[in-house]
Amino acid sequence: MYKILLLTLICTSLIACTGLGVEPWERDILAKAEMQPAATAVDGAFDDHIYFSKEASSGGASFGGGGCGCN
Amino acid sequence: MQLKNKKRIKGALTSAACTLLGTQSALAMDNQADREHGWKIDAAVLSYSEADRVDANEVNVRAQKTFEDESKLNLNIVMDTLTGASPNGAAPSDQTQTFTRPSGNGSYDIQAGEIPLDDTFRDTRAQIGVAWEAPINRLMRYRIGTNISSEFDYESISVNGGLSRDFNKKNTTLSLGGSFASDTLNPKGDIPIAKASMAPATTTQPREGTSESKQVTDLVFGITQIINARTLMQFNIGISQSDGYLNDPFKIVSVVDTNGRPVDYIYESRPDSRTKTSFYWDTKHHFSWEDTIDIAYRYMADDWGITSHTVDLHYRWNITDQWYTEPHLRYYQQSGADFYRHSVSDGEAVVTNDEDLSADYRLADFDATTLGLKVAYRMANDSELNMRLESYQQMGDTQPSDAIGVQKNYDMFPDLDAIILQVGYTFKF
Repeated sequence: MYKILLLTLICTSLIACTGLGVEPWERDILAKAEMQPAATAVDGAFDDHIYFSKEASSGGASFGGGGCGCN
Repeated sequence: MQLKNKKRIKGALTSAACTLLGTQSALAMDNQADREHGWKIDAAVLSYSEADRVDANEVNVRAQKTFEDESKLNLNIVMDTLTGASPNGAAPSDQTQTFTRPSGNGSYDIQAGEIPLDDTFRDTRAQIGVAWEAPINRLMRYRIGTNISSEFDYESISVNGGLSRDFNKKNTTLSLGGSFASDTLNPKGDIPIAKASMAPATTTQPREGTSESKQVTDLVFGITQIINARTLMQFNIGISQSDGYLNDPFKIVSVVDTNGRPVDYIYESRPDSRTKTSFYWDTKHHFSWEDTIDIAYRYMADDWGITSHTVDLHYRWNITDQWYTEPHLRYYQQSGADFYRHSVSDGEAVVTNDEDLSADYRLADFDATTLGLKVAYRMANDSELNMRLESYQQMGDTQPSDAIGVQKNYDMFPDLDAIILQVGYTFKF
């Protein structure tokens, strides 16, 4: 937990201090489909289900859809 | 053009924020195009096949309707079937081993030297999800959703919700999401008594009740930040609390003598709560030569002693306007739970006391790699046909230093080798 808080603190500090970002007219590339954070939702959902069933970790980016994962 | 881009960007940021709030929201796309076309459908079938073990087939259909006021309705349907064999937790031996099936009505034999697999797995699952997201004002959005998952011996119902707000000329989005799931399991053969010995088939089995439940609460706080005109980053911290019955009712642990041969098999026992914390970082960068790289890292730690690192890398190579290909590399590494043992020695205190114990390989130390390639063809009207082929491998400690007697002669970790094939189609109408 301590490590996670520290990482978050570092990341938020970086964002706050560097004045990142673009003007509205500079966003054409960011608007492309492949630049969306979940451009491939179906792939992600399948992967989440596989790894949830086969590994001890899950989540991080999203919530799961339920199921046993007992196999 | 600029106006159109603005709308696109607004849609993009909205999607970015909503991604943080749950899987079902993850239909990020061009908002302008959505309004023009009404519905967007994502459909895919997946075949997951392990060498000599589990085969699974899964179908997923996602539909999203965008309304005039930028509200969105998301529908999600998943169906999957599962057959095959799964490690039961017992260790290999130099003699044939006989195990009672979970139902208690029969038994199966495992040959000397083989990792014991229970081949009775057969299940069908259906899942339905509905979510609604809408703007509250110019900078804020909310989202609510629910998921129901049902299979032969397992039911899950969950609700989720979230809020997001844009800052800094919409270059920064903060979001907070939560989910609560209530699961009920009714395993075939009922609930085994933890640490009790597996009884021979057709005799009275050590059972306590027919069903159990667990509750899982998740909270995720996220920041999405536009770095520059080509780069976007996302950071999440998550906490997940599970309470209730967290055992796998089908897993056992071998109790072995000084030669490493089994004298008993006992049902596993896990803690009745688990707290996981995670940190997730994702970066997308679009190169000047039109390709896109996506690299994500996740750190997870829990109070069972498990920590894990995951690195996920996608490189989208836009070959032409119609064709693109996307190599995928994933590396996963986890340290095992404090109570994981490949087997225990007869007479050890843990066999009879109330300490937790599991030989489920998924709670062991192991590494896993995924190598994959996706090929997609884009057609008119934003439709796309794609195919993905991946190989997934798990590698654990096959020769642990604490193996006993005959165990030293055999692979003690059930290495996994799976092929994943997926075909998908996206269209709008």
